[in-house]
Amino acid sequence: MTTITHRAPRAPRPTGAGTSRLDPFRATVLTKASLGLAIFLSIFPIYWMIVIATRTNEDAHSMPPPLLPAGNLGENIRAVFEAENAHFMTGIINSIIIACTVTIGIVIISTLAGFAFASLTFRGRNLLLLSVVLTMMVPLQQMGIVPLYQMMVTLGWTNTLKAVILPFLVNGFGVFLMTQYTRQAVPRELVEAARVDGASTLRIWWNVAVPAVRPGMAVLAIQTFMLIWNEFLWPLIVLTPDNPTVQVALRALNDRYSTNYVLIFAGTTVSIIPLLLVFVFFGRQIIGGLMEGAVKE
Amino acid sequence: MSLSVDAGSRTRTVPPGPRRHARPPGGRRFWSWLDLRATPYLFVSPYFILFAIFGVFPLIFTAWVSLHDWQLAGDKTFIGMENYTELLADDKFWNSVLNTVGIFVIATVPQLLLALLLANALNKKLRGRLVLRLSVLAPLITSVVAVAVVFTQLYGRDYGLVNWVLGAFGVDPIHWQNEKWSSWIAIATMIDWRWTGYNAIIYLAAMQTIPKDLYEAAAIDGASPRRQFWGITVPLLKPTIIFTVIVSTIGGFTLFAEPVMFGAGLMTGGTTGQFQTVAMFIVKEGFRDFQYGYAAAAAWILFLLIMITALINFAIVRGIGRSR
Repeated sequence: MTTITHRAPRAPRPTGAGTSRLDPFRATVLTKASLGLAIFLSIFPIYWMIVIATRTNEDAHSMPPPLLPAGNLGENIRAVFEAENAHFMTGIINSIIIACTVTIGIVIISTLAGFAFASLTFRGRNLLLLSVVLTMMVPLQQMGIVPLYQMMVTLGWTNTLKAVILPFLVNGFGVFLMTQYTRQAVPRELVEAARVDGASTLRIWWNVAVPAVRPGMAVLAIQTFMLIWNEFLWPLIVLTPDNPTVQVALRALNDRYSTNYVLIFAGTTVSIIPLLLVFVFFGRQIIGGLMEGAVKE
Repeated sequence: MSLSVDAGSRTRTVPPGPRRHARPPGGRRFWSWLDLRATPYLFVSPYFILFAIFGVFPLIFTAWVSLHDWQLAGDKTFIGMENYTELLADDKFWNSVLNTVGIFVIATVPQLLLALLLANALNKKLRGRLVLRLSVLAPLITSVVAVAVVFTQLYGRDYGLVNWVLGAFGVDPIHWQNEKWSSWIAIATMIDWRWTGYNAIIYLAAMQTIPKDLYEAAAIDGASPRRQFWGITVPLLKPTIIFTVIVSTIGGFTLFAEPVMFGAGLMTGGTTGQFQTVAMFIVKEGFRDFQYGYAAAAAWILFLLIMITALINFAIVRGIGRSR
């Protein structure tokens, strides 16, 4: 029954001789084939990485290379955590602490500033917002890396997590995103009404704005977490090899065991697990957030 | 999404109302005046304070450092523009600029073209759209380091999958790290693999805002899908395309992790620097050779290069906005 009612409206189109050719959104065989190829190319390196992580080194060095998984994953992962001088476990813990702290920090900072820019009036607002947008175009962390490092040396913060976390909190994109989101999700009348009722600005932010922009906060949180988890240059410089992030630990693993493919691949496999989980659980939000953000730009 | 938003805000705003009104307004006037005036600044201040400390200050200080012969131990002598003149005559620096721009071009042009085509394909009537989009985005979950590790193995001379596939067509094994062209291609594919899907999703979002009847009218007039794509889709996507060009420019000019990992974790970028980028040059000078002043000067020149490119892009964006 359901299948019939489901198909009924669709059926006439493909069979109607002329219309199907004219339909600009019809997927041709060529479209489907090239999409299939694109998806294969997207997925294959990840798949192959996991395959090698489940193999032995003899397999990895064989020609043609193996394409199906075997049973050595657990053993290889254990070797990663036991690998000397890689400090993989420390790396994972550090990365979790850094990524979570930065994510929470950026979401709070951006939601506060976004609310002020979108819903409050104050002198210099447009100028300040413009400066945020302009600095989005400048990769500040990479430009100022030398003095930033010296600053950390002077403060005695090198090799501490706060030296990694604090500079990452500067994120113009987050402020811009939350400004856009608040504009659309929090009607100004609502803010005015709450003010007439005698609510303070902080109260309005907490009770009116925050509940309304929660989906935007979620999108920002997901994107920030993914970004910070993958950061490489700054942690590499400011942390020492025995106190790394997961990316820096991966590099150490790669340097020291360059011929031990299965070990390195097991390491990369472990390193993507958190983002894989984010992707599986929040895939819809990631796509939605990206697509919404793109249209607003 | 919007439904839950409305429900949330309405239920939250009602309670404070009556209770607040009951209070005498007397001394509160000053506080509410202060609240109205000062709180907005308080709200934006966390961002701007952090921005001043970790964004603006290092940038200005970089300029100061770049005017000195500044060593690790803190020995510094003011030498004016000497770092800059030395840098502009340094073949190794220009080599790194050439590598950066070269990799940027051979990575970005095919990437954005492929992303456009991919977005167009994703915009067709297809089943399982979410799964399709997620699979295209899947490379984003891998870190740059992981990508570089996997691709470096794929491009391995002796056991690499790429050479094996090429070997099936009779091509001799290529040592991808050895030559400029081959290392550029290898690094460019790492960038493209990671970002093509992302850009395709951005384009797809913009494509979906194009009214469908435009296409239907064109189809009735006999325009082929290919002509519709180049005649309707691409022109209307221009602002989005420029946005992605700007983002790719910044990413491309600061390219670091891929070439570092491709070259066994070293900052030299191959035996003769065939894939050393400017970011690697800066880190090598500053943090391996401890020539802070020299590295800072290189950072400023890189900054200027990015600013010029960004300004050109910005002008194009504005130009397009006006002509509409």
